[in-house]
Amino acid sequence: MRESTIMKIHYGTAIAAVALVAVHVLIRVTHGFAESLEYESVIANYRYVPYAIMLELILVLLSVHGFNGLRVILLELRQGRLYEKSVSYGCMAAMIGLIAYGSRTIIVTNMGLV
Amino acid sequence: MAMAQEEISAHISPARTILLRISRYNPEHDGASTFAEFTVPYEKWTTVLDAILEVKKHLDHSVAVRYSCRQATCGSCGMMINGRPRLACFTKISELDSETITVEPMNNFPVIRDLAVKFDRLFDAHRSIKPYLVREDSETDTGKEFLQSPGEVEQYIQFANCIKCGLCNAACPTMATDSTFVGPQALAQAYRYVADSRDKGKDSRLRVIDDSHGIWRCHFAGSCSQVCPKGVDPAMGIQLLRGYMLGFR
Repeated sequence: MRESTIMKIHYGTAIAAVALVAVHVLIRVTHGFAESLEYESVIANYRYVPYAIMLELILVLLSVHGFNGLRVILLELRQGRLYEKSVSYGCMAAMIGLIAYGSRTIIVTNMGLV
Repeated sequence: MAMAQEEISAHISPARTILLRISRYNPEHDGASTFAEFTVPYEKWTTVLDAILEVKKHLDHSVAVRYSCRQATCGSCGMMINGRPRLACFTKISELDSETITVEPMNNFPVIRDLAVKFDRLFDAHRSIKPYLVREDSETDTGKEFLQSPGEVEQYIQFANCIKCGLCNAACPTMATDSTFVGPQALAQAYRYVADSRDKGKDSRLRVIDDSHGIWRCHFAGSCSQVCPKGVDPAMGIQLLRGYMLGFR
């Protein structure tokens, strides 16, 4: 993939994440901020489908943006064909891993398996 | 006549002196650079290059320095002067406002000896962005001049002032860590040709800089634009080129 395409995704995910995280924060502030991390509250959030979808989107956007940012930082740190390939594929694998793990949590909870 | 002579000599200030510290390093023999110190007389108009040449002439002829035109046109005498990349021929000692002047080779360039550095990376990067008009026809073939409006010339003309002195690359923080980064000089020149209405080679040129060590690695520190002795603004060129590549055309 061309670097310009990657950077378009990078900038796009940043803008979208800022918008969605703002919505997330607003919802938390207006729906009892102090109880946000209580067990029942967390389960209820995951079971409410629109909110679960938004959390999933935030997870994907921040993972893509964050791991690409990490890739860019690591590419500047050192150079070399093997190192650069390792960094690129490593960051992609870590991103997929994090999304898979987070999605599993959201899906399992949403389906009432917890 | 004698009176006039006396009046003129009375207005000439006695020569002051500065301590000139010159970085000495020969990669073939030395493990690290050292500083040689010289006391050099100067006048209001004396440049740092004049002072270095004074040292070469009277104190130590072995100091290695590259220079040519002495008028900020050839871009040969770039060096770190009191920690900042400058052209030695374009920097007056009196302007530095310091009793001690330290000259070192430019950052981000391999040293050949003392103040002379290798320009291979800069020239390779410059060559890679195709610094010429790319099109199938030519003015000589068609017998017609490729005319441009003043507005079209305005789009790129400041970037055409680049003298390839390398000061922008020496000031660039990304160049310091990324050994394969294209650099502000080449990126600004890429914009110079992309913005030229006569050019038809945008795609091939942009492919070169659309790389993991290309234009996207610029952090927009802006130090390249601060040190350019010709008033070129590479940081702006890079941002305009990024915008172009993101579709803002």
